[in-house]
Amino acid sequence: MERGWPLWEVFLRSKRGLNHVHVGSLHAADAQMALRHARDLYTRRNEGVSIWVVRSADITASSPDEKDPFFAPSGDKVYRHPTFYPIPDDVPHM
Amino acid sequence: MTTVEDHFDATIGGNRRIEPRDWMPDGYRATVIRQIAQHAHSEIIGMQPEGNWITRAPSLRRKAILLAKVQDEAGHGLYLYSAAETLGADRADLTEMLISGRQKYSSIFNYPTLSYADVGVIGWLVDGAAICNQVPLCRSSYGPYARAMIRICKEESFHQRQGYELLLTMMRGSDAQRQMVQDATNRFWWPSLMMFGPPDDASPNTARSMAWGVKRHTNDELRQRFVDMTVPQAAKLGVTLPDPELKWNAGRGHYDFGSIDWEEFAAVVAGNGPCNAQRVAVRRRAHAEGAWVREAASAYAARQAQRKRAA
Repeated sequence: MERGWPLWEVFLRSKRGLNHVHVGSLHAADAQMALRHARDLYTRRNEGVSIWVVRSADITASSPDEKDPFFAPSGDKVYRHPTFYPIPDDVPHM
Repeated sequence: MTTVEDHFDATIGGNRRIEPRDWMPDGYRATVIRQIAQHAHSEIIGMQPEGNWITRAPSLRRKAILLAKVQDEAGHGLYLYSAAETLGADRADLTEMLISGRQKYSSIFNYPTLSYADVGVIGWLVDGAAICNQVPLCRSSYGPYARAMIRICKEESFHQRQGYELLLTMMRGSDAQRQMVQDATNRFWWPSLMMFGPPDDASPNTARSMAWGVKRHTNDELRQRFVDMTVPQAAKLGVTLPDPELKWNAGRGHYDFGSIDWEEFAAVVAGNGPCNAQRVAVRRRAHAEGAWVREAASAYAARQAQRKRAA
């Protein structure tokens, strides 16, 4: 069987002021073609004002497991949250 | 000590989503890949019945609409192939499975489109049935599939509305046009009901698929919902649905309808519908005729990469 074009991940900025968000993937021979295919596939109704494409093979990801010890260091640091600090109700603007 | 399987079960049980690199049972992975692949193939094959009319659309307006709709079907197929690939399925394999007939697509696309009214009826009934099937899939337990379905459902709404508006326009036309709408309705009504799949007592995998959250309602529940939604739409349009047993049942709070010809369904699924051979042959030919384009683009990309390294 023929070897297909590589896979690319697509990220869209839906409007100015917002982050690029992952929307899906597509196959393309090179980066320019990936951008054009991304425009045709993911922005048929003005869903984006800016597109990033990146080879799927170039992404390094953490394990998706929520119980992953990778995220444990922030689990016990409740003092990083504002609600950790009791303040009397009658203190204004805090 | 919790196992990966406990974690999977807890995620499903808590109605949370499974994501691509999570551990999942082999059966779950295989079921979801098969479901997404069949859905993707249906979108891709589904371009053909309506694509048949693009060059003969009755006005520029209708042509632009139909072209946009068929482009959407291509897009939906690609969103779904993309979701299947997150589970390790390979695009080239999926295409091969379709053109070699080893994976199925929806039986509805094996019926011919004989008049322009069919474009309207496909939008109204076929896409209407698809929406009934697909809206609950926006809550599929498999994250990438659910996200693809959300995007698809938004776009399907345009498909259904353009179809119904087309039919409303024809019904305001001549007697011949009204007859075309009735004729198209007669031909597509029963195949549309078959789109929901076999009755619950003949659908052995439903229970497991529902437990896994890859299916949210049974075939018969969705079929009933579709009938209940469609009857008033047909009345407003002024067409008769071709079922003498169709009538309101106040006791059930639903419309009763006649029995479906499951032998016809089985024959079409088995490959003996009016257009099965043609649909797969067209897809196979398009894939073969596009091979040189895929190869040329790969060769160009390889050469550019080589030059960049040399520079």
